[in-house]
Amino acid sequence: MGKNVGIVIVSHSPDVAKGAADMVRQMVGTNVPLAWCGGNPGGGLGTSVEAIVKALEQAWSDSGVVIMVDMGGAETNSEMAIEMMPEKRRAKIVVCNGPIVEGAVMAATESSSGATLDRVRRAAEELYSR
Amino acid sequence: MTSEPVKVGSVPRARSRAVLTHVGGLHARPSIKLTQLAKRFDAAVWIAVAEHGPWTDAKSIARVMAMKTPHMATLYFMAEGEGADDATGALARLVESDFPDDNVNGQ
Repeated sequence: MGKNVGIVIVSHSPDVAKGAADMVRQMVGTNVPLAWCGGNPGGGLGTSVEAIVKALEQAWSDSGVVIMVDMGGAETNSEMAIEMMPEKRRAKIVVCNGPIVEGAVMAATESSSGATLDRVRRAAEELYSR
Repeated sequence: MTSEPVKVGSVPRARSRAVLTHVGGLHARPSIKLTQLAKRFDAAVWIAVAEHGPWTDAKSIARVMAMKTPHMATLYFMAEGEGADDATGALARLVESDFPDDNVNGQ
């Protein structure tokens, strides 16, 4: 893989992140790079910059990666994770402003057809922009 | 299902229609399959629940889902551009074949 835009799902809850990823896999299929993370290192609710970096590496595609987040720290930690990525990759990662579950499914649907990073982002954000 | 090419000027256009027999109507999964198929074609593709529209971009997953099309509605497809006839034919077949899992191209 590596051609279609990747999707990373970041939630405070590992159950939410995994559940959203399951929906993507079952509804859209397997031709989209996908990774998820959630929870803090202590096992509670939260997000971790390291886990997000790992997920970004896992779902990496040369076409780019979109990150779907739930709230607050998920977004700021995602931005910190992007800063920790190699400079060449940073410009190809975007945090989307869309609902985490529906946004992930819609972004993946768009990506599965070989759409560009910008189009995938727009699909993820469409529900909030109308 | 009916499908017909319509030649207007030099731009290929086509229309088709099919009854949505899928139980539960056009919910998430069938909407995803439908938009994935529509995106395979270069032609612009629209979908409607009435013969004269209003028309919705069949390549937009958010818009197709928002139609909330119920079971047994008639779906109308319209395409314009390269491969218009193939697009409307394939979409009508997808609907009529009840959105099979392994056969998203409706052939």
